[in-house]
Amino acid sequence: MIAELLLNALTAGILLGGFYAAMSIGLSICFGLLDTVNIAHPTLIILGAFCTYFLNSEFGLDPILAGVLITPVFFGLGWLLYSAYYQFFERTSAQALRGLAFFFGVLFITEVVMIMVFGVDHRLVDAPYIGGSYAGTFLGMELSVPYRMVSVFIVAAIMTLGLHFFFSRTFFGRAARAVHQDMMALSLMGVDPIQIKRVAFGIGLGTCALAGAMTVIMLPIEPAVGRLYIGNVFAIVVLGGLGSVSGTLVAAIILGIAESIVSTFMGPSWSPAVSFGILLGVLAFKPTGLFGVGDTR
Amino acid sequence: MSETLLDINLVTKKFGGFTALSQVTTNVKQGERFGLIGPNGSGKTTLINCISGILQNDGGDIVFGGKNLQGLLPHQRTRAGITRTFQIPRPFHTMTVIQNLQIPLEFISGAGKSQKEIADEAMSILETMGMADKANEETSGLTQIELRKLELARAIAAKPKLLVSDEAMAGLTGQEVDEVLQILFRFNEQGMTIIMIEHIMRAVMQFSHRVICLDAGQLIAEGTPDEIVKDKDVERAYLGA
Amino acid sequence: MRYKFEIGCVIIFLIAFLLTQIGGMNRFFFFAGFAIMQYVAIATAWNILGGYGGYINFGTAGFLGVGTYTAIALYEYAGASIVEQMVAAGLIAGLLGLSIGYFTLRLKGVYFAIATLALAIVLETFVNNWDFVGGASGFSLLPKRKPELLGVLLVDRKAGLFDNYKEFLFVIMTLVAIMSVWIARAIEHGKLGRGLNAIKDNEEAAECMGVPTLRLKLIATTISGSLMGISGAIYPSYLTFVDPLGAFNLEFAVNALAMPMIGGTFTWMGPVVGAVLLGTVQQIAIVTISSELNLLILGVLLVVFVVAAPHGIMGWFMKKNK
Repeated sequence: MIAELLLNALTAGILLGGFYAAMSIGLSICFGLLDTVNIAHPTLIILGAFCTYFLNSEFGLDPILAGVLITPVFFGLGWLLYSAYYQFFERTSAQALRGLAFFFGVLFITEVVMIMVFGVDHRLVDAPYIGGSYAGTFLGMELSVPYRMVSVFIVAAIMTLGLHFFFSRTFFGRAARAVHQDMMALSLMGVDPIQIKRVAFGIGLGTCALAGAMTVIMLPIEPAVGRLYIGNVFAIVVLGGLGSVSGTLVAAIILGIAESIVSTFMGPSWSPAVSFGILLGVLAFKPTGLFGVGDTR
Repeated sequence: MSETLLDINLVTKKFGGFTALSQVTTNVKQGERFGLIGPNGSGKTTLINCISGILQNDGGDIVFGGKNLQGLLPHQRTRAGITRTFQIPRPFHTMTVIQNLQIPLEFISGAGKSQKEIADEAMSILETMGMADKANEETSGLTQIELRKLELARAIAAKPKLLVSDEAMAGLTGQEVDEVLQILFRFNEQGMTIIMIEHIMRAVMQFSHRVICLDAGQLIAEGTPDEIVKDKDVERAYLGA
Repeated sequence: MRYKFEIGCVIIFLIAFLLTQIGGMNRFFFFAGFAIMQYVAIATAWNILGGYGGYINFGTAGFLGVGTYTAIALYEYAGASIVEQMVAAGLIAGLLGLSIGYFTLRLKGVYFAIATLALAIVLETFVNNWDFVGGASGFSLLPKRKPELLGVLLVDRKAGLFDNYKEFLFVIMTLVAIMSVWIARAIEHGKLGRGLNAIKDNEEAAECMGVPTLRLKLIATTISGSLMGISGAIYPSYLTFVDPLGAFNLEFAVNALAMPMIGGTFTWMGPVVGAVLLGTVQQIAIVTISSELNLLILGVLLVVFVVAAPHGIMGWFMKKNK
């Protein structure tokens, strides 16, 4: 019995990890490569989720398709947001405090606007791959895997691997990693570092569109849900190591499995404590995370 | 000037796979003027950070006045008598010049003193540095040389036995370099041991009793200024093979 | 005139007290007054670490909520009085601040901020599932009838010092607000304040100049959290019904940040000005416009001030007088 529970928890955990990776990858880019602590990231994912919901309920669009369609919009939003941030804070090297407060303001404004437009009720989307699960056996044990978790995992895997490839193989990707290490050198090579940062932040925020679509596929959403995921997302980014896309993936799966097991054996109400515990633990013992090389002091 | 004040034994520091310092061994004698040179990236600032405690060395020991500094936080080392200045001056920018000095005066040697006594002490330090007229100015209005002098004045306010001056003269005019040099000579005459990191060779050579040279984290030469200037390894480090 | 501040505090307390003694005051006045005094206390407490030290706490709601639920738990478990609730809440919330600080204050300020944000969520979830204090459905707290202190009947419609609990607690909250401001001012003018200022300006330089940065940060976090906890403890007695959603509301976090930033973070007067101004505006807004619109305006104001007026109202005021 225990073994069966464990098997299901493990499977769900891995699939959940994929979902979490998709949520965190954008933040890993913004926080890790650009040193911008966009605490509004999870809330913006929920914004993406609500947009997906809107397109799905009004026009019957498939949620994942909707997510893909709104990605350019979110990219543009990221572009604008970073331009504002750069203009007001980075250029004048204002206190880090103010940049943080700025993003907190963005978080708050976004949440309130969503409440005003969509209300506080929970919303769902509809698609053929939502609802119902695959029931089978594995090693003589019964295994039940909800379809929506599998579909989300597949999309998340494609997105994460795609971004990993982008940031390690393409010129732009490597320039983005370089901008974090030495802005001056980059500009001396004829590349405008600010432009690179704008695009990178745009990509980071662009992920919120598809991550939002995945969120509303996974569970019912309401405006405050974003804050529930702050612990998860930051725990993953910190555990994985700032600026490491592959680290984010590994950390997400670790967290997914940990949460799933705790949820199965101790109850779902303990889930936030898992991510928070991991966050504190990593900060206390190895702040650079599993794969990070950065400076945390 | 015979007693050893600072002992650096096989000090090693790594950042991930990169070795910044590799088994650096040397010592600084009480009252000595000690020069530290080396090309960019050779580990000079890393060594200073390990001495002042901002970084903890991975291997080896740093012993100051007979006491092993392992595990001590920077503020504890400052209280023990080691003070450093920063390459790029780091004034407390919301405080006035005199308030900048009052911080080390209050936190290191301020026990039992009134605010007035501390302010008077700060003022007298500013007077010796020729900055008394700037006492109540915001630090944002200071020129480069004034910022450097503030950095030194603040370090002096910490009443160090050992002062580590990290490129205090970078970017200054010849006259300003002499000004800073004079200040350092004066402190040394009053008994302060000084380690000077500098790229301005004439300053290092004029100033130091002994000089060591680092390259890629290793100590490659040690000796008097004359010996160092003639050393082949030093030449190779700076100019390439 | 010496002791201007001390006299001012006594005057404010007397005014608050006398207002409760006049008959025929509009109930809403005490409701709004309580809220404003609570915000003065919270904003001031926040500013001790955030404004003086430069370390942002996004989890104010968490500390308040801990105070609220410590009070409830003690009341339910041991029938504790208001004062006992407040003391316990202060201790527990202070301990919480110390613990979080211990784990995160050695690193860049950003990590402390994130940890406090996550903390608030974890605490809210924990309380949601804690049936002893009512869980998600909330808790009804009925204060003691006819409470006494040193032989004086405090609250009784006919013979008490105060006619009802709302007025009594309004005065208590005013006392807590005055105490918080007193403590903040003492810190600001003292060694701790100077050390925190150095830390905020340049932490590495401060550390190298002999300032024990970690110790001072931990002290500030503990005091700040403790004061927030005390403020939170009064809440359930005042509202007589609390649920986790209300106790851990994000609104607290935003206000705790906005009020000092808008008022000015470098002086104890900033949070007071910010709390009185924003608090009053919000109390008026609540009865005239929707609460969401009120929050939206608050968020926008925060962003505008952070961007355009980093020294807040007091900063603008002082520049004018230079």
